[in-house]
Amino acid sequence: MNYKKVFAAILAGAMMMSMAACGSGAGSSTTKEEAPAAQTTTELSGSVSTNGSTSMEKAIGVLSEQFMADHPNVKVTYDPTGSGTGIEAAKTGSTDIGLSSRALKEEETAEGLKGITVALDGIAIIVNADNPVEDMSVEQIAQLFTGEAKDWSAVGGNAGEVACIGREAGSGTRDGFESITKTKDSCVLSQELTSTGAVIEAVKSNPNAIGYASLSSVEGKEGIKAITVDGVVCFEATILDGSYQIQRPFVMVTNGGELSEAAQAFLDFATSADAKDLISSAGAVPAAK
Amino acid sequence: MQYQKAVNLPYTKQDEQEEIKMNQLRHGSKKKGAREILEMAMHAIFLLCGTVAVAFVLLISVYLILSGLPAIREIGLVDFLFGQTWAPTNQTNPAYGILPFILTSIYGTAGAVLIGVPVGLMTAVFLSKSAPPKLAAVIHTAVELLAGIPSVVYGLVGMIVLVPAIRNLFHLSSGASLLAAIIVLAIMILPSIINVSENALNAVPKEYEEASLALGATKIETIFKVSIPAARSGIATAIVLGVGRAIGEAMAIIMVSGNVANMPGLFTSVRFLTTAIASEMSYAAVGSLQRQALFSIGLVLFLFIMLINVILNVLIKNKKEGA
Repeated sequence: MNYKKVFAAILAGAMMMSMAACGSGAGSSTTKEEAPAAQTTTELSGSVSTNGSTSMEKAIGVLSEQFMADHPNVKVTYDPTGSGTGIEAAKTGSTDIGLSSRALKEEETAEGLKGITVALDGIAIIVNADNPVEDMSVEQIAQLFTGEAKDWSAVGGNAGEVACIGREAGSGTRDGFESITKTKDSCVLSQELTSTGAVIEAVKSNPNAIGYASLSSVEGKEGIKAITVDGVVCFEATILDGSYQIQRPFVMVTNGGELSEAAQAFLDFATSADAKDLISSAGAVPAAK
Repeated sequence: MQYQKAVNLPYTKQDEQEEIKMNQLRHGSKKKGAREILEMAMHAIFLLCGTVAVAFVLLISVYLILSGLPAIREIGLVDFLFGQTWAPTNQTNPAYGILPFILTSIYGTAGAVLIGVPVGLMTAVFLSKSAPPKLAAVIHTAVELLAGIPSVVYGLVGMIVLVPAIRNLFHLSSGASLLAAIIVLAIMILPSIINVSENALNAVPKEYEEASLALGATKIETIFKVSIPAARSGIATAIVLGVGRAIGEAMAIIMVSGNVANMPGLFTSVRFLTTAIASEMSYAAVGSLQRQALFSIGLVLFLFIMLINVILNVLIKNKKEGA
């Protein structure tokens, strides 16, 4: 009996130590990836809460890492809930900065919300890596998503029923996709998921699936591929010059009230020239200055 | 009083008052007050704890009714409950019909109960009546583990294993469907059904079974015609628990059922009452009709569960009196 207790204790201790080693290992690797810090102002302190678009995860990630390295007393948090939720949170004041991957609507700006565009992002149309289809026009994509064309053979793929994976109604990505493909209120989806990552996973695991997700999240992912739209590849240059049609802005939303010093500084940092390289490294296109 | 108890004499009000007087003489008036106050205080605390549960239920009911009624009044009860399209964010033609959700929840729960109750009941019978002790111990451990798994893990496993399996098996375009949700729900309600049914079966007096066997019935006949009817109310409780868990589950289903507001079909992507609230609540604008409609869905869900509880309890009572 005693041996069992001793053995259990040793096992628990070994597991705890291995987890601690993992934690510190991860921490040190992220500090190696950061760009050299700009001048360090140590007066700023407090926390900045950001909440909203799941597409902006990478962009906010690199910006907040650099910002927290410059200002060690500030903590920036990111809550991936979707653009609609982010805008709502900014309006009610439950977050400092709301994140939206679409432009603000008229009724939202009429309520006093202010949006600052920090980047442009392409919406990549993704299909499973085993799908032979490489290119589609905007009309064909619209036909697939509205259910007009139900089979992959209609767009040049292998015969099989199309499964359209979309986002929830409040999603900025969905809003951008539907307004450009002109399929607002007429999409027939096979699944409505609540985050960019979930859409990518669903397309990865289903050879009949087609979905839409932010370019910054799609780059480098295995198991899926982004098709070209009207022959145009989705990457930074084509987004910037507009030849890749399916794109939308990354917007930081505030409710027009008093922002805390740290939050205002983060907002200024995100729109400054220092942030341009960081945003590019995240796969988005910095808003032309 | 101890004297009276020791010699088994009846204890009357007069004796009680004499007892109090004796205590007063023994302990003096000051100490008597403190002890009485302590007694009263403890009674008050017990009463308070008891009313907390009632207060919470009342609070939740009142809040749900107050926040759920405005939308129903604006949309119209018939349009709301029997409308077949749910499209609150539609710019030109917003629709607030929740019939798809109601039917999906009903079918999903019924399907889960249809699969889960027989399996759970048979397992409980096996564990209680005919399992060899070592096997019973293994199954007990497994059931307890099942009961402890969080819903999110069920959803994750369902999404990774079950959904592709359904897609491949039935040659569908996407496996996220009502069938996947039914299977996940059935597995989730198994532990509660097994545990409660087994306790109910264990509580059946041995005399019933021995009498039945003595009269010449086989073991199986005894189980089905004597033990299970005798444990009827416990098994009904188990079913109510299972139904309650199935109809209230949101997290696991949101990952396997597809979440498109369609009328239910076994292989179509569906949305339940619970997932309808969960998926839209975070971004529905405060004060908008959409948000109020979500509260109304919550009210409908609440009423559903009350209705199921009442119906099942009435059925048990009738059977008890009938027998």
